[in-house]
Parts: sequence; structure tokens; C-alpha cells
Amino acid sequence: MRRLVALPMGKSVQMAYQSIKVRFFRSLITTMSLVLAVAFLCYILVGNDLAQALLSTGDPVLGQKLISAGYDVAPGDTSLAATAKQRWIVFLSLLVCVVGIINAQLMSVTERFREIGTLKCLGALDRYIVRLFVLEAAMQGLTGSFAGMLAGILAATFSGTIRFGLDIFGIYPFQEIMISAAWAIATGTGLSLLGVLYPALLAARMQPVEAMRVDQ
Amino acid sequence: MAEKHIVRVTDVTKHFDLGKIVVEVLKGIDLTIETGKYISIMGPSGSGKSTLFNMIGGLDKPTSGKVFIDEVDIAQLDAYELAWLRCRKIGYIFQTFNLIPVMTALENVTIPMTFAGVSHDESLERGMELLQLVGLEGRHSHRPSELSGGQQQRVAVARALANNPAIILADEPTGNLDLKTGEDIIQLLKTLSSSYGVTVISATHDYKMLNVSDQVVWIRDGRVDKIQERSELEIRTGGLGTVEAEP
Ligand SMILES: Nc1ncnc2c1ncn2[C@@H]1O[C@H](COP(=O)(O)OP(=O)(O)O)[C@@H](O)[C@H]1O
Ligand SMILES: [Mg+2]
Repeated sequence: MRRLVALPMGKSVQMAYQSIKVRFFRSLITTMSLVLAVAFLCYILVGNDLAQALLSTGDPVLGQKLISAGYDVAPGDTSLAATAKQRWIVFLSLLVCVVGIINAQLMSVTERFREIGTLKCLGALDRYIVRLFVLEAAMQGLTGSFAGMLAGILAATFSGTIRFGLDIFGIYPFQEIMISAAWAIATGTGLSLLGVLYPALLAARMQPVEAMRVDQ
Repeated sequence: MAEKHIVRVTDVTKHFDLGKIVVEVLKGIDLTIETGKYISIMGPSGSGKSTLFNMIGGLDKPTSGKVFIDEVDIAQLDAYELAWLRCRKIGYIFQTFNLIPVMTALENVTIPMTFAGVSHDESLERGMELLQLVGLEGRHSHRPSELSGGQQQRVAVARALANNPAIILADEPTGNLDLKTGEDIIQLLKTLSSSYGVTVISATHDYKMLNVSDQVVWIRDGRVDKIQERSELEIRTGGLGTVEAEP
């Protein structure tokens, strides 16, 4: 018989959840940059959805408002794409966010050396450690992205109302906004997972002797 | 009963390569440990106790020489078998307790059982029994931060026993405890050793350990200085028993 150790998925999820819950403030800080970046991404996407919906009405007054709001539309245009400048800023904000996540996760791995070493002494395989970190990141990613997405939609709707008036509620593009929201959540969760990859590998490679370390 | 060697260490050396210099910590250690004994590895700080201990526990690899656990050369084990060994055969107790801070006492005791594939209900039941055994009934839902040092070490003892290991390895188990609490933990380990037949190996410079040890291995400067049986110790414990442990 092959001698195997086990860690059921349900138990892994529970351990990851518990770890986030108990270290709530730490998790909050790790997630904060993600919330902001996703909120910004979602704000831009939804803002464009709104502008597109306004443009599609073909109403020249609204078209004029779009131009005065800084959108790049020529008379007769029927579609409107994110500007190069927008894309560039979104890209930078996401980049900063990933770097922030990597940094926070590296700190978390360093702080938890004893816990990781101990789990290995108790029989954990390298991949259980990776799994725990990835699950934590996935949960933080989903929650953070969801919060960011809500904030982004609210902000975009609010600023749309200020710029274009209550008209936007008449043509509110629910479907497009849902798609944008889904994109924002997927992106945020993806970034969170991307950011934890290297720290999780470092954690998995940590040796069980680390648990023995006694700091003077 | 035929004597069985649960641990056998043959000519083990360990060097740490620090780039410019190589530190020779263990300089050829031979040791056999019989099943069911309570062994203390004694020696001054820096003599290599922890290093030897990590070799025996399969936590680190010797530079040369072999370590056998239950007559299996642990250098031959792959990562899975090593994890299995750590999970099922050995229970570790640390100077710094090393409970998982986010988990309750009961959850801490049940993790090794989860790794060993024991069902949830069964592990909860056994976890409660173990906590009771170490005198912590009613504390199962406390987090480590809500327990005193002595209580945390008791949880750690319960956790070490979770999978009925053959060996309990304790590196300075009383190092972070006060005199009285330290004595309680030593007594607990002794009781468990004699009632469950588990081999206890503890590295320490705490002379309180001498009273309960079946055998004392004195390490000095990376070598075995001398090995004393309990009978040889009795004569001397009168004097040593009163010597205070280093802080
Ligand atoms: N990972 C390591 N790298 C370098 N030197 C080490 C390492 N671990 C231990 N040592 C050295 O080995 C010697 C013995 O250490 P240790 O086994 O911890 O002694 P003890 O547990 O008896 O106090 C010490 O001089 C220590 O500095
Ligand atoms: Mg030591």
C-alpha cells in the first residue's frame, strides 16, 4: 500500500476561510489595492457603457454633452471605444495593484514561516501549502473584486448623472453593465491569483526545520 | 521482549556551508534508541542538540551518515513517504509551541488526523479525548492566544499524540515555560511515555528532565560525550536535581 497523506478540498477551503477571517485586518490591507484597482477599471468600463448608450440614442443634444464631457466622438459616430489614455491608465493601475498584492503576500509568507513549517512537520505536502495560499487569494480576490465592482458601478452611475442628467436612467444599459461587471470581477480575481503565485511557491518550498527556528 | 531499535543513527555528520566558512556542527554521531524509552539529549547551548534532533525527525538531511527510523533509512524516502512519516510515525513538540494561531485548540489537535485521512467525526472525538488526557477539557474552543504557555504546550502534546506516533520528538519543550509549568509538561510526557509505550526523545539543557529519563545522551561539541542509563543516574540525581535550569 502506498503511504499517503491527505487534505480534502472542503477542509482546505475551511482552513483558508478561517485564516482570512481571523487575520481580517491583514486580509483587508492585502485586498484594498485590489478593491481600488477593480473599482477604477469598472468605473471606466461602465462609464463607457453609459456613454455608448447615450450615443446610440442619436440625440444631438446628448451627443454634444458627450463631447463636452471629453469623449472623442465625431458627428455621425455610432460607437465609442475606450481611449488610448484610458487604457493606459487602467493598465498602470492594474500593474500597481499586482505589485502591491505580491508584496503583501510575500510579507504574509514571511510572517507565517512558523505556521508553514509546522504544517509540514505535521505531514503537509508542498502542494497543500500552495493550495491554501491560492484558495485564500481566490477568496480575497472574489470578495475584493466584488466590492470594487459595486463601487465602480456606483461611481460611474453617479458621475454619469452629474454630467448627463437623469436621462441616463431612461437608457440605462443593464446588460452591458453586467458584462463589464463580470469582466471587472474576472480581472480582479485573476490578478489576485497572479499575485499569489510566486509567494505561494516560496511558501511551499519552505523547509519544515523553519518551524524549529527560535528567534532570540 | 527482544530489544527493538526505533531510531538508529550511524556516523552522522552535519556541516553548514556558510559561503566563506564551513561550520562542522555534528562530527560523527552514533546512537541507537530503544522503543518505549524516555531519552534526553543533554548538552550546552550550541552543542548541536537541535541539529541532531532535526536529523532524527527527518526535518534535515545529514551531510554524511545514515538515520534509520524503524529500520528504514530515511534518506531513501521520497517527499510523500517523508510526509507520511512525519504525519504518522513522529509527533513533534517545539520550544515555541507552534500551534496554528488561527485555529482553536481542538482544530490544532485534529489537523494531523486530517492529514492522516481520519474522518471528521472520528478526529473530533479523538481530539476531545486527547485534550482531556492532557488536562484541557473545556478549553477546546480556545485559540492559542487565549491560552497560557503551559496550556499551549499541552495542546501541542495532544497534537503530537494525535496519530499514535511511535516517537515523540521534543526540542527544548520547557524552554519557554516557567519552572513549575515546565515540570508539569515533563511529568505529562513521562506519563504518556510509560502508559502508551511511545518513545520520547527530548533535546534539552533543563536538568529537571534527568529525573524522568531512562537514558541520557550527553552531547558536547558535536560528539556523543557519554550515554548514561537510569541506574547510573540515580546516584547523581540527588546532586543534579537541585541544579536550576538555565533560563
Ligand atoms: N542552519 C544553520 N546554519 C548555520 N549554522 C547553524 C545552523 N543551525 C545550527 N547552526 C550552528 O550549529 C551549532 C549548534 O546549533 P544547535 O544544534 O541549534 O545547538 P543546540 O540546540 O544544542 O543549542 C550552533 O553553533 C549554530 O550556530
Ligand atoms: Mg536547540
